[in-house]
Amino acid sequence: MGSLQETWVYLSASPLFHLTMTLVAFQIANWVFEKAGRNPLLNPVLGAVLLLVALLVVTDTDYGTYFEGAQFVHFLLGPATVALAVPLYRQWTHVRRSALAITVSLLCGSLTAILTAIAVAWLLGGSAQVLASVAPKSVTAPVAMAIAEELGGVPSLTAVLVIVTGIFGAMFGPAVLSLIGVTDLRARGLAIGTASHGIGTARALQENETAGAFSGLAMGLNALATALLLPILWGVLAKYLTF
Amino acid sequence: MLGYLTLILVCQLAGELVAGALALPVPGPVLGMVLLFVILVLLGEVPESLNQTATGLLQSMSLLFVPAGTGVIVHFDLLGEALLPLGAALIASTLATIVVTARLMQWLGKGRADG
Repeated sequence: MGSLQETWVYLSASPLFHLTMTLVAFQIANWVFEKAGRNPLLNPVLGAVLLLVALLVVTDTDYGTYFEGAQFVHFLLGPATVALAVPLYRQWTHVRRSALAITVSLLCGSLTAILTAIAVAWLLGGSAQVLASVAPKSVTAPVAMAIAEELGGVPSLTAVLVIVTGIFGAMFGPAVLSLIGVTDLRARGLAIGTASHGIGTARALQENETAGAFSGLAMGLNALATALLLPILWGVLAKYLTF
Repeated sequence: MLGYLTLILVCQLAGELVAGALALPVPGPVLGMVLLFVILVLLGEVPESLNQTATGLLQSMSLLFVPAGTGVIVHFDLLGEALLPLGAALIASTLATIVVTARLMQWLGKGRADG
């Protein structure tokens, strides 16, 4: 028993353990998702996160230790973002043909994301710190964190809000789009990418390549639009709202 | 396969360098995506091995968000305190953004919806 204990102490501190657990948790969550006929309520990112949180709580492991192993998976987010150039290139003729429609829709979507998040959080009594943390929630994590920091929010809280937004958009976005009668694959992709960045894009790619390419494009453009617009809007709003 | 993975990493690295050096508000990987896109335009096609590498990465993209998502564990207290404003803002804003963007795009891009 003593040697098992020692092995556990050794393994639980090694990156291999939490790297493996991250993959295992995702496989389990994804298996459940597939078994249930891809029911959006059983989103595999959400399922994997819940399993891992349970594991960390039960084994009394801190997030830093976990991340030492999980960072290898986390790292691949960058290369995956770069790889979005491939579907984008294949859809380029579609994108170029509707450049104006994309620009206008994206800017309006970006403003909606920023203003409604700030307005709702403010109306419900959120502090300035809460408002600054939630305002950039629709853009990809590294940009959102940088913006939150600039506005006086909590960057690591923003990272979590970004992920939750992505999961929420991936879970309900496609159903909402069908409900309001949006069948255009370009519009579906653009909307999901604008509202819920990479997680939405991963979901859109599963649906259809056109939707995936437009979603990836929207993710990139919204990161740019939000990084430019939000600090300006924040300055204006801070004068008129008391937060 | 390895050659194209290298190309992807080189694009990302170049993106990070440019973003850092010029203090751009865009993240390095997004600039890397633009760079790889320009390379593809110059090539005029997607090489098959690059296609495989990219497809492999993108197919497992959902997994890549799991480590950051697990970070929720650090913020249970803050989330608990501001659950209502954060949760309501997140839900309302995400739905509004999806509806506004999609409706506008479908309306403005009318007649060319045969994607």
